[in-house]
Amino acid sequence: MTHPDHLWRNPDPRPSYDVVIVGAGGHGLATAYYLARNHGITNVAVLEKGWLAGGNMARNTTIIRSNYLWDESAAIYEHALTLWETLSDDLDYDILFSQRGVLNLAHTLQDVRDSVRRVNANKLNGVDGEWLTPEEVAKICPILNVSPDARYPVLGGTWQPRAGIAKHDHVAWAFARQADAYGVDLIQHCEVTGFLRDGDRVVGVETSRGPIRAGRVGLAAAGHSSVLANTVGLRLPVQSHPLQALVSELLEPIHPTVVMSNHVHVYVSQAHKGELVMGAGIDSYNSYGQRGSVHVIEDQMAAALELFPIFAGAHLIRSWGGIVDVTPDASPIIGLTPLENLFVNCGWGTGGFKATPGVGWVFAHTIATGEPHPLNEPFSLERFTTGALIDEHGAAAVAH
Amino acid sequence: MLLIRCPWCGEREETEFHYGGQAHVAYPADPEALSDQEWAEYLFFRDNPKGAFTERWVHSSGCRRWFNAVRDTATSEFIVEGR
Repeated sequence: MTHPDHLWRNPDPRPSYDVVIVGAGGHGLATAYYLARNHGITNVAVLEKGWLAGGNMARNTTIIRSNYLWDESAAIYEHALTLWETLSDDLDYDILFSQRGVLNLAHTLQDVRDSVRRVNANKLNGVDGEWLTPEEVAKICPILNVSPDARYPVLGGTWQPRAGIAKHDHVAWAFARQADAYGVDLIQHCEVTGFLRDGDRVVGVETSRGPIRAGRVGLAAAGHSSVLANTVGLRLPVQSHPLQALVSELLEPIHPTVVMSNHVHVYVSQAHKGELVMGAGIDSYNSYGQRGSVHVIEDQMAAALELFPIFAGAHLIRSWGGIVDVTPDASPIIGLTPLENLFVNCGWGTGGFKATPGVGWVFAHTIATGEPHPLNEPFSLERFTTGALIDEHGAAAVAH
Repeated sequence: MLLIRCPWCGEREETEFHYGGQAHVAYPADPEALSDQEWAEYLFFRDNPKGAFTERWVHSSGCRRWFNAVRDTATSEFIVEGR
C-alpha cells in the first residue's frame, strides 16, 4: 500500500466564506463534513489555532456510549452511536470502531438504584442496556475484582453492548479528508481572536492571519469557547477545567471491554495498540493550562488498582491534560446565540468525543438552516433561563 | 499539585484545600425582584477568564477558613492571596 502524500490540502485562508467553523477538532471537522454532505454547503473554512485535532480530540479516552438518563440526551447520543456504527463505511476510512461494550459499575445501594433506573430509562428510549449481577459482570470482564471483600465491592453494573471505543486520530483524519474532498478549507495555525460585527450581526472573524468574512460562524472551540464568546460580550454558563488521562505501556490484550466507575472514580479501556487508557474526573479549579495536579492521577490509579489488581505490574507511561468546558447541568449547549449568524457548540465537558458524528450532524443543520435540529433544540442556551435543565450528572459528570 | 498560600497558615499543598469558584458573587439583595434572566445569571453564569481570576478557596484540612485569591488560570500562578 502506498502512503498518500496528504489526506487534505493545506490552503491559505480566502477573504470570505459562506460558513466559518472555529476549531478543527472532531466536532468542527464533523460539522464541516455534514454541512457539505447533508446541506450542499461547501464554501466553508475550518480554522484551527494549532494543528488539526490536536486539542481535546487528541486527549480524550475515546469511549463511545449512549446510555444517558434523560430522553433528550438518549436521543442525541443514540443518534451519534447509530452514526458511529456505519461511519467507517460512510467516510471510507477505518476508524477502528470496536463495539466491545461498556460496564458502568455500582458500588453502593444508591448506585444500584440509580443504575437500574437508568437502564429502565434506556430501554424505554430504545437504547440497549441491562443490569448485571457481580457474577455476570465478572463473566464479561474476568480481570475485574468483584470480591465482596473489596474496599468498595462491586454490587453490579449496567451493560451497554453496543458501546465501545474508536481510534480518535482516525476519526479526525477521516472527517478531515472527506470535508477536504468536498472543497472545505481546513486552515491550521490560524487562531481566531475575535469576531467581525455589524451591529448585532456577526459577519466574520478576526484571526492571527487577518480578518475573514463569513455568512455564518459556528463556534466549536471546547475549553476556549467562553474566551471567544466574551470578545462579543456573550456570556456562556461554562467553566473551564483540566481533565487528565493517562496510558500504560503496550500490553497483550487483557481487558475485553470498557469499565467505568463513578464511585471509585476511574474509567479504563485497552486501546487497539495495547495501552491501558484511563481517565477520571476534572481538577477542581478553573484552568486553561492543559495540565492538572498529580494527586488526581494518584487517586485514579488507586481506583484502577482497586478494580483491577492485575494492573499492579503495569507502568504509567504518559499522562496529560485537556481543557474541558463544564456546564451546570453536565449537558452541552448547541444552538443559536443572541447574535445573528453566530452559532455555538460548547459545554461538552468531559464527554464530547462520543457525540462527534451526532453533534456534527445537528450543528451543521443548525448553521445551515438557522434553526436547531429537533435533537439539539432542548440543548439551547435559553434553558438556563427557562429552567429546563437536562441534568445528566448521574450519567455524565464524573465518568465519561 | 498546586502550592497554595493560606493567609493564616502559610503555604500548604492543594489537597488541604477545596475550591470555591469565582469570588464576590453576592446573594441577591432583593431576590423576589429578580427576573428569570437575573436569576439565571446569579445561579449559572460565572466569569471564566484565561488570565487573572479572583476566586475562593477554603483551607478544609487546616484552619477551615475561606479566603480570596487572584490566580492566573493560564499558568496557575497565585498573584494575590487575601484575608
